[in-house]
Amino acid sequence: MSDWTLFEVFVRSKHGLNHRHVGSVHAADAAMALENARELYTRRSEGVSIWVVPSAQITASSPDEKEPLFDPSDDKVYRHATFYDLPKEVGHM
Amino acid sequence: MYAQLVDTGVKRVKGLDEMSPEERNFQEKIDAEIKIEPKNWMPEAYRRTLIRQMSQHAHSEIVGMLPEKNWLTRAPNLKRKLQLLAKIQDEAGHGLYLYSAMETLGADRDEEVAKLHSGEVKYSSIFNYPTRSWADMGTVGWLVDGAAIVNQVVLQRTSYGPYSRAMIRICKEESFHQRQGYQILLHMMREGTEEQKAMVQDSINRFWWPALMMFGPHDGDSPNSAQSMQWKIKRMSNDDLRQRFIDQTIPQLELLGCTVPDPDLKWNEERGHYDFGEIDWSEFYSVLKGNGPCNRDRLRTRRNAIENGAWVREAARVHAEKHNKADVA
Ligand SMILES: [Fe+2]
Ligand SMILES: [Fe+2]
Ligand SMILES: [Fe+2]
Repeated sequence: MSDWTLFEVFVRSKHGLNHRHVGSVHAADAAMALENARELYTRRSEGVSIWVVPSAQITASSPDEKEPLFDPSDDKVYRHATFYDLPKEVGHM
Repeated sequence: MYAQLVDTGVKRVKGLDEMSPEERNFQEKIDAEIKIEPKNWMPEAYRRTLIRQMSQHAHSEIVGMLPEKNWLTRAPNLKRKLQLLAKIQDEAGHGLYLYSAMETLGADRDEEVAKLHSGEVKYSSIFNYPTRSWADMGTVGWLVDGAAIVNQVVLQRTSYGPYSRAMIRICKEESFHQRQGYQILLHMMREGTEEQKAMVQDSINRFWWPALMMFGPHDGDSPNSAQSMQWKIKRMSNDDLRQRFIDQTIPQLELLGCTVPDPDLKWNEERGHYDFGEIDWSEFYSVLKGNGPCNRDRLRTRRNAIENGAWVREAARVHAEKHNKADVA
């Protein structure tokens, strides 16, 4: 099995929602990965669409880069709607 | 449980003040209930212990299919056969979710399966008992999956993200297993002949103690528990989980109109729990060592399955290679 490829599996649970990562499968090729993923991750009503991607093809942010990459930009308060005070008469906006 | 006696390789649990900055940072995340994800720094012993625990858990799901497949071709009717088939397929899925989660730690699935086959890594003691009658399909679903659920519900909060998410998935599917099993027994007790009712009682008599052993040794005899609890890869002690299982199972037993083979079992008003007799630990350790009624048979079946499937895996690989070349050309 080691000479098979590891694929990451993403499932769209309902129309209108994003695909979400659910796990991985081993397969000889993408078509087989799709079949295996269907059997493994959608035996009930878990999804309406599946993506499989070779794990090696995913570039992930390294956890050490945490600060610069995921800085919440708390100094950029003007990025949030709550920054903008408006008079009550404007109503919900 | 599905992973009994998981060795952490740690002699003594360290306090925060004895840890390196990395270790302390890690432990503080765990204390704050922040999940550890695959690429995060983790102590080597945490990684190794998790691989051991998750591989044992996965092997148990896989080997756990064998006692049930025994009755697949002899189910009393098509409805029961389909239900059992669906349950067994779920167990295969549980094994695969767990192998997949385990691989995020850098473990190799083939290597871990080879360790199972060589006897280096165990699976739950419960699957070394034979399933002699159709009633055993009921008892296994009710008691064995029931005990597994008690353990797995708690493991949904385990500290390692991929393990926790696999547990959440598994728990969603388990309650079907237990209800399916209990309904088999209830049906036999309510609609069955005297002989069928006796079959249910006999089955419970055989599985009761082995089911209680699933939770592992007493806390005092469980040398790795303290470290596993600190890492939150174990969240409740063996004895507490066992007590919880007994407390919720006895009312269901009474509804069936059956008994368990334990003269010491009785409700303790003061404790608010059932008291129960002592487990025969020599049996537990002997089964773990490989001397249960079915150990050799289970491993032989697993080895044959992998060996006899080798040509299929090879054919799939060659087929994929051929197509890759054709696509490039
Ligand atoms: Fe399971
Ligand atoms: Fe199970
Ligand atoms: Fe199950």
